[in-house]
Amino acid sequence: MPKLKTKILSNYFGVDQAWTLDFYRGHGGYDTARKAFTEMEPDAITDEVKTSGLRGRGGAGFPTGLKWSFLAKPEGKPRYLCVNADESEPGTFKDRQIMEWDPHLLIEGVMLSSFALGVHTAFIYIRGEFHLPELHMSQAVAEAYAAGIIGENCMGTGYKLDIVVHRGAGAYICGEETALLESLEGKRGYPRLKPPFPAVEGLFGCPTIINNVESVANIPWIIANGGEAYKQFGTEKSPGTRLYCVSGHVNKPGVYEEELGIPVMELINDRAGGVKNGHKLKAVIPGGSSTPVLLPEECADLTLCYEGVAEAGSMLGSGGVIVMDETTDMVKVLVNLLRFYSHESCGQCSPCREGTGWLYKTMKNLLAGLGESGELEKIEDIASNMEMRTVCPLAAAATMPTRSYMKKFRGEFEAYLRQVEANATAIV
Amino acid sequence: MKEYTSEQQQQFHDAVAKYPHKKAATLTCLWIAQEIDGYIPLEAMEYIAHILEIPVTAVYSVVGFYSMYNTSPVGKYHFQVCHTLSCELAGSEAIMEHLQKRLQIKPGETSEDGLFTLTGVECLASCGTAPMCQVNREFHENLTPETVDVLIDHLRKEAATHA
Repeated sequence: MPKLKTKILSNYFGVDQAWTLDFYRGHGGYDTARKAFTEMEPDAITDEVKTSGLRGRGGAGFPTGLKWSFLAKPEGKPRYLCVNADESEPGTFKDRQIMEWDPHLLIEGVMLSSFALGVHTAFIYIRGEFHLPELHMSQAVAEAYAAGIIGENCMGTGYKLDIVVHRGAGAYICGEETALLESLEGKRGYPRLKPPFPAVEGLFGCPTIINNVESVANIPWIIANGGEAYKQFGTEKSPGTRLYCVSGHVNKPGVYEEELGIPVMELINDRAGGVKNGHKLKAVIPGGSSTPVLLPEECADLTLCYEGVAEAGSMLGSGGVIVMDETTDMVKVLVNLLRFYSHESCGQCSPCREGTGWLYKTMKNLLAGLGESGELEKIEDIASNMEMRTVCPLAAAATMPTRSYMKKFRGEFEAYLRQVEANATAIV
Repeated sequence: MKEYTSEQQQQFHDAVAKYPHKKAATLTCLWIAQEIDGYIPLEAMEYIAHILEIPVTAVYSVVGFYSMYNTSPVGKYHFQVCHTLSCELAGSEAIMEHLQKRLQIKPGETSEDGLFTLTGVECLASCGTAPMCQVNREFHENLTPETVDVLIDHLRKEAATHA
């Protein structure tokens, strides 16, 4: 696949001062919002987004325009837009680039989305650990207020829009949309049972749309160029570009904006400089740590689009590609991930709270040479008692990778067990 | 209940004004309290509960849920080393060991002079610049034992100048 010529999201990544209003306006910024607010009907914006086929960039890949069309519009109740900037899926570090380098792009996306949805208060929920992204985002919002771009009378069009930058305080679960709402309401981030869906009953009991940063940042381009034009990029079922995050054992880790459908090996070898130290590839996590791991032979013809990765038995998820070379101990990898999920389980549902802890402890024991026979079966049993028994998908986010590592690298897990058994025999 | 200066009280009230409902300002108020004391004393939670008109237990419950709120004092410089997968693949364990040696503390401890606290934390979304750590709010990325040394020396000097 040739290198991307037209960038939609990353034009100004790494450019000094790109986060300022002067820079943004100097490069045509807010022209689209001004035009849309004066010349377009709100529904026409939603229609363009629907036409574009844009799919949510947070992880689930739900069509953004369709999500918008679910928003209930009862009389006398405000509606809210929440931008999910809680970026916490291990292997994912793209949304922070948008907020650090091009925060006004996100604001313009929020303006267009809010106008389409009839929203007058939008929140940007930024994970608490992000300092620079939050700083640049807050400064940009303050600049936009001062310039009359947002506020009581957006650019003199009579439309009122407030944008509140909200800082989280350290909790992976708040990236789950209903946990985010709870957190924004000033509570523990416990996911809610659905239905009711947020589009009907969300923030403060009002209709709410929650969109990922990258999704919202696509909106200005889509409205400026049209939904049809957006489809020139990517595949039929996955239009557009994505910010792929490549990390792990590669020479040039980083964020690469590429068309959806780029072959994963091209991303790894051509863009990210290939596997480090001349080592061989052993495994690839295609879309953040919660997605099932893939073997090199599964990656050979794999294209990074929603349908392509699904066909390979995994998920495109958040676009976080983690590369592991032949020196990697897969049991240790799984222990690392299970520590993460057991730490991040919110504790609301027992199967997840206890299950993630058990998985972590059991796997840690195996790694430490303390495993017992039947341990691998026990892990599978625990996993099956966690799945589909919880309010949110965190339990599955832990069990899905667990099953994939244990299936695809079974020998390594068994080797740890055999080692334990050999030691036990020696003692007797 | 903690007594804040009128200037500090204003900060809390400005935060409350940003939200359609008072309770929604809980996290933001807790950040203000932590900014002031370096941690969140019970008296601060009582003050926040008072101005938000919610029970103290509601505030306490929130403090306990989120990993970034400190309920006891931490060192002047809080080293939070990311140890999730991409950082581990890039050598975060060696960075953690080096920090323990240099600071003479284990994860979860604060140095005797009160300068440094060391904690291992989960993914900070800096996987492309691993290994990394966060010192207070600043990210320090692409770490090596050498750059860690430079950072520690810099912080010691900074602390001595401001002492």
